[in-house]
Amino acid sequence: MVSLAATFGRGAMTNHWRDIRHADLILVNGANPAEAHPVGFRWLMRAKLDRGAKIIHADPRFTRTSAVADTYIRIRTGTDVAYFGGLINYVLTNRLYHDDYVRWATNAGFVVKDGYAFHDGMFNGFDQEQGVYNTKLWAYETDDEGHARVDLDHPRSVLNLLRAHYQRYDPDTVARITGIPREQFLQVARQVGEMGRPDKVMTIVYAVGLTHHTTGVQLIRSGALLQLLLGNMGRPGGGMNAERGHANIQGNTDHAISWDILPGYLRIPAPGQEDINAYLGESASVKLHPRAVNFFGENYRRYLVSLLKAWYGDAATKDNEFAFDYLPKPAANASWISIFDQALRGKMQGIMLSGMTATSIGPDSNQVIQALTNLKWLCVMDPFATTSSEFWQAPGMDPAKIQTEVFMLPATHWIEKDGSFTNSGRWVQWKDQVLPPEGEARHDHWILAELFLRVRDLYEAQGGKFPDPVLKMALPYANPRKPELDEIAQEINGRDLRTGKRLSTFVDLKDDGTTSAGDWIYTGHYPEEGNLAKRRDGVQDPAKNDPSGMGFYPNWAWSWPANRRVLYNRASADESGRPWDPSRPGIAWENGKWVGDVPDYPPTSGPGPDAPLPFIMTGEGVGRLFSNAVADGPFPEHYEPIESPIANPLHPQVSATPVAFRYDERAGRPNRFGTVADYPYVATSYRLTEHEHYVTQNVEHLVQLQPEAFVEVPAALAREKGISTGDRVRVSSRRGKLEVRAVVTSRLGPLDIDGRRVYQIGIPIHWGFVGINTGQHWLANALTPFVGDASARTPEYKAFLVNIEKL
Amino acid sequence: MEVSRRQFLSIGPAGVLGGSALGFDLTESIRVKQRLRIEGATLSHSLCPYCAVGCSLIAHTKKAANGKTELLQIEGDPDSPVNEGTLCPKGATSLQLAISRRRVPHPLYRAPGAAEWKQVSWEFALDRLARNIKASRDATFVTQDADGNVVNRCEGVAFAGGAAFSSEEGYLATKLMRGLGLVHLEQQARV
Repeated sequence: MVSLAATFGRGAMTNHWRDIRHADLILVNGANPAEAHPVGFRWLMRAKLDRGAKIIHADPRFTRTSAVADTYIRIRTGTDVAYFGGLINYVLTNRLYHDDYVRWATNAGFVVKDGYAFHDGMFNGFDQEQGVYNTKLWAYETDDEGHARVDLDHPRSVLNLLRAHYQRYDPDTVARITGIPREQFLQVARQVGEMGRPDKVMTIVYAVGLTHHTTGVQLIRSGALLQLLLGNMGRPGGGMNAERGHANIQGNTDHAISWDILPGYLRIPAPGQEDINAYLGESASVKLHPRAVNFFGENYRRYLVSLLKAWYGDAATKDNEFAFDYLPKPAANASWISIFDQALRGKMQGIMLSGMTATSIGPDSNQVIQALTNLKWLCVMDPFATTSSEFWQAPGMDPAKIQTEVFMLPATHWIEKDGSFTNSGRWVQWKDQVLPPEGEARHDHWILAELFLRVRDLYEAQGGKFPDPVLKMALPYANPRKPELDEIAQEINGRDLRTGKRLSTFVDLKDDGTTSAGDWIYTGHYPEEGNLAKRRDGVQDPAKNDPSGMGFYPNWAWSWPANRRVLYNRASADESGRPWDPSRPGIAWENGKWVGDVPDYPPTSGPGPDAPLPFIMTGEGVGRLFSNAVADGPFPEHYEPIESPIANPLHPQVSATPVAFRYDERAGRPNRFGTVADYPYVATSYRLTEHEHYVTQNVEHLVQLQPEAFVEVPAALAREKGISTGDRVRVSSRRGKLEVRAVVTSRLGPLDIDGRRVYQIGIPIHWGFVGINTGQHWLANALTPFVGDASARTPEYKAFLVNIEKL
Repeated sequence: MEVSRRQFLSIGPAGVLGGSALGFDLTESIRVKQRLRIEGATLSHSLCPYCAVGCSLIAHTKKAANGKTELLQIEGDPDSPVNEGTLCPKGATSLQLAISRRRVPHPLYRAPGAAEWKQVSWEFALDRLARNIKASRDATFVTQDADGNVVNRCEGVAFAGGAAFSSEEGYLATKLMRGLGLVHLEQQARV
C-alpha cells in the first residue's frame, strides 16, 4: 500500500485478476499464486496458454507456481531489490526502456535539488539521534510557483540519478546478493528488456513474500520502477498486482482499520496540526507541475470534511472546523508491533480482537503471549476459539498467575450476514445473508455498536475524559444498536445533505459541510439507482456484458474508484490518445471522448501538448521513479535482513537499513536478534493451499489434507544433519522454537551467496494449540523477530535466522 | 438466473468425467444426485471468505420442517468473471466453515486468575466490557500532549480486526474506534 501510493498515488492492485491474461510476460516475486490464490492463478495460466505469455517465478522455494513457470529462479529471500535493481540497470544500460512513455509519464526529467547524495549505503539527511531520514530533503529544484524544474539531460535529473544508483547492480553483484547465477539472470534480463516495446506488456505479481520484510516497501517499489521504465503501468496486462491474502483486507484497508489512515487513505492527523489547514499542509500533495491534475491533493479538504460530516453529522460545523478536534492524533507509531510493545511495557490496558488472532499471527509469539498476560482485559469476537482467546491456557502457561480478564464473544460467519467484500482487484462485490446467525452468535458490528452505545450511556451518566466524540457521533440507523450493512453502505457512499440524495460521483463532494461521505473512493457504488456492488452481468453473455472485449465486465459488481477496472489507464494510450497496443486497449480518445475503461483522467480532457499529465493522483502528474514518500530512501536500495548470514556486499558498514522499525536495545527493549554463528540457516515462513491462516484448523476436510505441522528442509542440508522425512526436528531462533516433523525436499536448495553456501528452511505457519488437531501446538511465529519496515511497519516474517537439529 | 443455472448443471460436468477410467459414465448419476439434492432449494449469492481473489459462491438452502434454514451446498458461480465457477480446496469446503460443531455457542468469561471459562449472558459480557472500555479510556486518555497540542487520544486500548469483515462492518468499526479516540488500530493488512 505505502509503496504503490508513494509511486503512483494509490495503494492497491493496479489491474485485476482477469486482466492478467493480457500479459506477455509475468514476473512473479514473493508470491505463490498457484497455491495461495489457486483460482486467481487461472488468469496467469490463461495468459500462458492463450497468448503464449511466459511466466518467470523468482522465489526461495520451487513451488507449484514454479512448476508451471517457464523459468524458475531460486532467489535468496528478501533480496528482490537486487534482482529488480539488476533488471533496472540492464534496461537503462541497454536503453531498452520505453523512451516516449518515460519522458511523458514519469518524473525521469525532474531535477532533484542539490544536496541529494547516496554514499556507502546512506542517503543524505540521516538524523543520527532520531535514527530517521529527513525525507523532505529529497526534493526537486523548484521555480517561484513551486513547480519542479524539468530537464532530462541535467546531471541531477531523476533519470541520471537513477542510472548512477543502479549501475552498481551489475549481473555479478546481483548474483553475489541473490544467489541467481549470472547467466540465468542475463537470460531473464533479455526477456524483460523486450517488454519496453510499446506492443509488449509485462505484469508483476507479488504478495507477502515482498511485503513481509524490513525492506518490504522498497522491494515492491523496485518492481514498480522497472514497470514505469518499461511503460507497463496503466496498461491492460501490465501493472503492479498485489495479491491480498484475505477476503476483505482490501476493503478494510480502504475503510482504514489501520493506525495511520482515515477512510479513503486520508492521513490520520498528527499533534500540532491544530486545524484543517495545518493538517492539509502536511498531508495533501502539492502541485509540482503546471500540467499536473493533483486530484487527491486538490480535493483532500472535500473528502475530509465529507468524512467528518458522515461521522459527526450536525455536530460537525464550519465553526468547530467540522469537529476536526474529535479525531485522535497519535504521537508515535501505533501499528501492530507497537500495540504489543505497549502491552509489554504495561501501558496497554485492553485489546479487542475481532476476527483476528494476535497470538498466532504476530511476530515473536512468545512476546505476544507475554504481552497479553499484562493486559487488564482482552475481548475476542470470533465464531471459534482462537489462540488469543485461549492464551491463558496455552501449553506451559499457569492461569493462576495471569490476571487478564478474558471475554470470548461468539460472532457470526460471513455467510450469516450480507455486506460486501473488496477483492485484490478492487472489485466491490455484495453477498447475500444466506443463513441466520447460529445459536447465540451476534454480528461483530452489532457487538461493537452495542458496546459503543453502552459506553456512551456511561459517559452520559458519569461524565469522563473528553466525552464529546462519543456523545456526538452520528449513528443515523433505524436501530443504532443493530445497524444494517445496507444502511452503512449508503453512508459510505455519501449524500448531498441538502436534498438527502445519494451521490453518484466523488466529484460532487463539497468542503462546506453540505455533503457527507464515509469513504470518498467508494462514492458512486451506491447511487440513487441502487447498490451497484450487487450487479451480476457476468460471463454468460460476453457480447453484451463485456462490450470492450477486454474483460472489464463493467456491470459485474463495482470497482473503486468510479468503477474503473485498470488504475492509471490514461498511460495505456500515448500522448495523442492512441493505445500503445491497439490489440490491448485500455482507453482511447475517439471522436472527442475516451472510450474503453472508465478513464483515470478528466473525462473531457483530450490529448495534446497542453493536456493534463497522465498520473492524476500525484503532485507531479507522473509516476515517481524518485519519491520522498518512502522513509528509507528515494530510490530502493538493497539492505540485508536484520538477521542475515552475510554482510551487505554493497556496503558492509551499513548492512541492514539504518531506519528499520526495530524493537531492540535502541528502542528500550532487550535485544532478541540472533547471529549467523548460532543460527546459521535462513528461514522463511509461508502458507499452504489447504489452509488459510488459523481458522481452517476448524475445518475437518482441510485438516485432513494438511494434518500436521512440519518444516521443509533442503535435501543437502538434511543429509549433512542425518535428517530423513518424518523425523522430528527442533528449529530454533533467538526467540523460540518449533519441534515438528521434517519434510526433506528438493523444493528448497542451497544458494551460493557472496562466496558461501547458504541454506534456506521453509516453515508453514498454520498450526497452533487450538483447532481440530490440538496435538500440534507449536506456533511458527515463535521464531520470527519483532522488527519491521521503516515506512509500512510491516513485520519481518520472511527472512530470519534459525538453527535446526534432529531430535 | 435459475434458467442459466440449470443449463450449466446439464452441460457442466460433461467432458469432465465422461468416459472415465471406471469403464462406465459417472456424469449422469452425479448430475442427477446433485440436482436432487438442491431441487427446490433457495439460491443465494455469496463470496468465498478466504483469500482475496473474490470467487463468487452460490449457496443452496432449504427451510426444514422445524423452521431452521439448512445449508445444502456451496459451489462456484459460473457467471463470475473472476472464478467462472471454479473453486480451490478452501472454497470448495467452505460449507464446513459455515456449519460447524466447533462454533462457540455462548459468551464466555474468564475471570482474573481463573483456570476455566465460565458461560455468561450477553448482558453480563457487554455490561462488563463497556465498563472496562470506559475505565481504560479514562485512565489512558490524553487531551493535550506535553507541547500543549490538542491530541484527544486514548492510548491504552487497541482494536484489531477485519480480515473477514464485510467492508461495511469494517467501516463502522473504524468509525466507532476512532470515536473512542483509539490510535492503536490494526487489521490483517500488515500481518
